[in-house]
Amino acid sequence: MPLPFSLKPLLLGGALTLLAGCQAMNPAAELRGTGDLGVVVERATGSLALVDTSEREIIDRVEGLGDLSHASVKFSRDARYAFVFGRDGGLTKVDLLTGEIVERVIQSGNSIGGAISQDGNYVAVANYEPGGVKVFASDDLELIADIPATYENASGETERSKTVGLVDAPGNTFVVSLFEAGEIWTLDMATDDPKVQRYQEVGEMPYDALISPSGRYYIAGLFGEDGLALLDMWHPEAGVKRILPDYGRGEKRLPVYKMPHLEGWALAGDQAFFPAVGRHEVLVADTGDWSLIERIPVQGQPVFVMSRPDERQVWVSFAHPKNDVVQVIDTQSHEVVKTLAAGDSILHMEFTPRGEHVWISARDSDHVKVYDTETFEELATLPAESPSGIFFTDRAHRIGL
Amino acid sequence: MHYRHWSHVVLLGLLPMLATADPSPSRQAELETLLYQDCGSCHGMTLKGGLGPSLSPERMERFSAEAVTGIILYGVPGTAMPGWSDLLTEQEAAWLADQLKQEPPPSSR
Repeated sequence: MPLPFSLKPLLLGGALTLLAGCQAMNPAAELRGTGDLGVVVERATGSLALVDTSEREIIDRVEGLGDLSHASVKFSRDARYAFVFGRDGGLTKVDLLTGEIVERVIQSGNSIGGAISQDGNYVAVANYEPGGVKVFASDDLELIADIPATYENASGETERSKTVGLVDAPGNTFVVSLFEAGEIWTLDMATDDPKVQRYQEVGEMPYDALISPSGRYYIAGLFGEDGLALLDMWHPEAGVKRILPDYGRGEKRLPVYKMPHLEGWALAGDQAFFPAVGRHEVLVADTGDWSLIERIPVQGQPVFVMSRPDERQVWVSFAHPKNDVVQVIDTQSHEVVKTLAAGDSILHMEFTPRGEHVWISARDSDHVKVYDTETFEELATLPAESPSGIFFTDRAHRIGL
Repeated sequence: MHYRHWSHVVLLGLLPMLATADPSPSRQAELETLLYQDCGSCHGMTLKGGLGPSLSPERMERFSAEAVTGIILYGVPGTAMPGWSDLLTEQEAAWLADQLKQEPPPSSR
């Protein structure tokens, strides 16, 4: 039945009002900045919780991101988009303002993490299977370069190595470590055809790496031996050298139930704090000569050792089965000043940009807790499904993150 | 590098006869969480592999239940696979080995 003319504008107006109502219900659609936004990876459900660190609340959820066990996230240069690197090889670009998936590609069988270039134009992914690095255009995720991590094994056969510890470095460069090959490669992205520089025999089984906030030092942790491999990006011609080669020499390692992570370099003045592999210790090195200053006893095997942005504290999370607390180390006294029971199976910590709060994910408690880092007061508990990594947008503007 | 040859270094035959009783239902739930979440941190949460190799039933077919139990309890020397005997009983490791060898695999969570 045709509507009488006079009713049409009324109906149209009603529909517009409805639309406006929908927009108002989605807080991400409001005109706003992204500097206090972030994401929490919910690994069991393959979703991202979008969070607001000023309001300390979850503002939206993005679903359909695949297998997010061990997922990591980088942000675009304008801090509007999150690039999510899934374990299943999925690379997803998510708009933090609309909560929508903008692009998604399955780029390998099995990946571990990624990085975004200094100029923001390239997103690189470190892959386990097949081993290598793929580089994508950050705007549309078009494949730009595919660099297989080939090496010659002990029997002289050419094989592909799993790649780990991929970071960005100044000069629009990516740096990556090869787990089985024991190598570090730099990829110069001056053009779409990256120039690869290989550093061989850097140590046994590099399992993860970090780059210092200045972008000068790339350091890979070694699983196959005590010590770390260091590349001074100011002096690449000097090659990779071994540092802290004999910490814990002659001592028996404990079984390592979870690999430590090196992301979140803990630097305080001229001291660097590292997780010791297979020991209940945090190592402190002098960044002048990379000598070992101290081994700080902690309650379990450290996984993340992260410094509060003002460098006055270092926060430590732990491996299974002693992973229901985090510990706080004073960077002057080297004493553990606080032990916080933040939930079961604590996986990650993230500081707000200036460090007044820390967010901590507890996988088996299905929550994220927010603490004041000065008073250790608990400020909020946010429900989340098996939360793992927490990433805030200030990473968009920090080298190596 | 010994990593790729880890299957050759597993010492078998050192295990006494495995107990047959399954862990209690509540412990089974804990073990399942351990399998997908904690084993999963290296082997992938769907156990398709990560820094550690895939634990798919097809791959597990190559090993006896006793061998898998032994690997879980004592680890694989020269690789990142630790021994879990400080945290798991023989019976619990055997139950996990059974789960891994099951066809179809237990639903991933």
